[in-house]
Amino acid sequence: MKRHITIRNRSGTVSSRLKTKWAISLLSLTAITLIVFIAGLSVGSTMIQPLAVMQHLLGFGSGEYDFIINTHRLPRMLISLLVGASLGLSGLILQGIVRNPLASPDIIGITGGASVGAIVFITYGLGTMSIKLLPLAAIIGAAVVSLVIYALSWNKGVTPFRLVLIGIGVAAVTSGLTTMMIVLSPAETASKAYSWMTGSVYGATWDHVHSMLLWFVGFAPLVLFFARAVNVHELGDVTAVGLGARVELLRLGLLVISVALAGAAVAYAGGIGFVGLIAPHMARRLVGRSFAGLVPITIFIGGLIVSIADIIARTAFLPLDIPAGVFTAGIGAPFFLYLLFKKQR
Amino acid sequence: MTALISRNSSKIIGLVIAFCLLVVFFMSSIAFGQTPMTLGTVLDAFIHFDPASSDHIIIRTTRVDRAVIATVIGASLAISGTLMQALTRNPLASPSIFGINAGAVFFIVMAATFFSASSLLQYMWLAFLGAAVAAALVYFLGSLGGEGLSTLRIVLAGAAVSALFTSFTSGMLVISENSLQGVLFWLAGSVSGRTLDMLVPLLPFISGAGLLAFGLGNTINILTSGEEVAKGLGQRTTLVKLLMAAAIVVLAGGSVAIGGSIGFIGLIVPHIVRGLIGMDHRWVIPYSAVLGAGTLLLADIGSRFIIMPQEMPIGVMTAFLGAPFFIYLARRGFRER
Repeated sequence: MKRHITIRNRSGTVSSRLKTKWAISLLSLTAITLIVFIAGLSVGSTMIQPLAVMQHLLGFGSGEYDFIINTHRLPRMLISLLVGASLGLSGLILQGIVRNPLASPDIIGITGGASVGAIVFITYGLGTMSIKLLPLAAIIGAAVVSLVIYALSWNKGVTPFRLVLIGIGVAAVTSGLTTMMIVLSPAETASKAYSWMTGSVYGATWDHVHSMLLWFVGFAPLVLFFARAVNVHELGDVTAVGLGARVELLRLGLLVISVALAGAAVAYAGGIGFVGLIAPHMARRLVGRSFAGLVPITIFIGGLIVSIADIIARTAFLPLDIPAGVFTAGIGAPFFLYLLFKKQR
Repeated sequence: MTALISRNSSKIIGLVIAFCLLVVFFMSSIAFGQTPMTLGTVLDAFIHFDPASSDHIIIRTTRVDRAVIATVIGASLAISGTLMQALTRNPLASPSIFGINAGAVFFIVMAATFFSASSLLQYMWLAFLGAAVAAALVYFLGSLGGEGLSTLRIVLAGAAVSALFTSFTSGMLVISENSLQGVLFWLAGSVSGRTLDMLVPLLPFISGAGLLAFGLGNTINILTSGEEVAKGLGQRTTLVKLLMAAAIVVLAGGSVAIGGSIGFIGLIVPHIVRGLIGMDHRWVIPYSAVLGAGTLLLADIGSRFIIMPQEMPIGVMTAFLGAPFFIYLARRGFRER
């Protein structure tokens, strides 16, 4: 068996060398995702046999579960996979940009910015504008906050440490803003907004799925064009510039993709934390550091984390539906601390 | 860092001026609000209390309580921030950044949800416990890894501990769903709607911890000159550190029990104070107490007016004031290296 697989288009804009281990990991993750997918559709307040779920999905079910699966579980399952994939990828890109494995969209405030955008839209814009614009509002919020963070960290270039630290400060401002708007809104919207902020895919509809899919398909593939440059960028600014990489331009392009993915995810699932942090790390454990190889693996792992968290969140305390974000934080925060304090190489 | 005021006599005068300002803010806090009062009415309410006057009743039942609570919390948070910054030698240390507030909030909400704790005395002990757990967690994590308490790592650890506690708190609130609005306002930090009865059981603890901090001033000066130096001079550093930690936990936890999570006072005030009078903790701690109380009173007055007729949670106000300062510190801190 060959140890490497090379993927390259004719002009060389997309080029990567991948290990066979990678292919095996990808296949296993696909299989696990399928299993989780079917398991997620079968558990809940009404249990459905996995076999019946498969029959239903393949189009020759008895029609008995049409309502439960088609209206409730399937869109929720799909959106949790998409949201997780987007957050994971967003985190991977961000970690590439700041060359710091501790970066993730929620810790440095991008998610917070998206929340502000979304809550402003829900509070002031919903009367006059279509709900389909919600992701746009969240992305604008995320973009504005990212620009603010980037500008504040700028001092003859941006160092990763300063970026992360300033991101924490900016995150405090955005959480102040969201708290303010929630406290000031009427009680029934406040309760809903609060649950949403913690990160929940409760009440997902097909509209959400379609729109989320559009954002994901629109932005995720762009990453591959940057894959080679990111590998060079990892070596440090001096080396990267020496090798001919335009670092600031590269970082800006990557940041746009990361922000768009995180913003769209926040619009539909609120502040599900730590996914953007954990998923890339687990992916690196599996397949090493080649960026192009990490992209699909991270996407799968991110999707798995959120969908599993949501399955647990909605079944563990039946009939209560807990925000999935509680579980991702429960796993993610200790993991973050472990990363923070494990012996430095 | 060169201080603005260096002579001892000037420091005393400065402290007196700061205290006068505090009194002015205190009186303003009583006078300003939805129903403005004249200073004469305020004084009358104390000297010639008239039970028939609604103004006097407002003053004596709500305004005074609120002002006193803001004063106590402001002073406590500022002292605990000062102690934390001295203990960890980390300029970004403060109860909110290190997740101590979030820990106290989590323990209170958990006990209220699962064990139906409801008395303030229970809240107080729970807040102490939560603050202690979070502080121990962050300190323990910060001391791992050999290099001691590196600024960035401990801030990140605090952020993660905060995020963990906050998301558990919100999970429990979503489950219980009762009176979310009231709890939210408390979580966001508020000094309104509290009465002095709530403060009374806490006061012995808070004043005890405050006095302890005042008494430790000189000892802290020695400790901040370095652990080895302090040991060499015969200081029992472990004991000193434990005392400081106990004071931090009581002051920060007690503040959360009354006012919820009010951030950034413990971060900003010590910096302003050290900028004014230098590093001598015999002076820094009393100055912090007075300026912390004044800052929170001022923020509280602002919170009533900024979005009239509604009130802003004071924790949001302090975040808006404090976060830019945090960012400024982060920029400056890393420029020097």
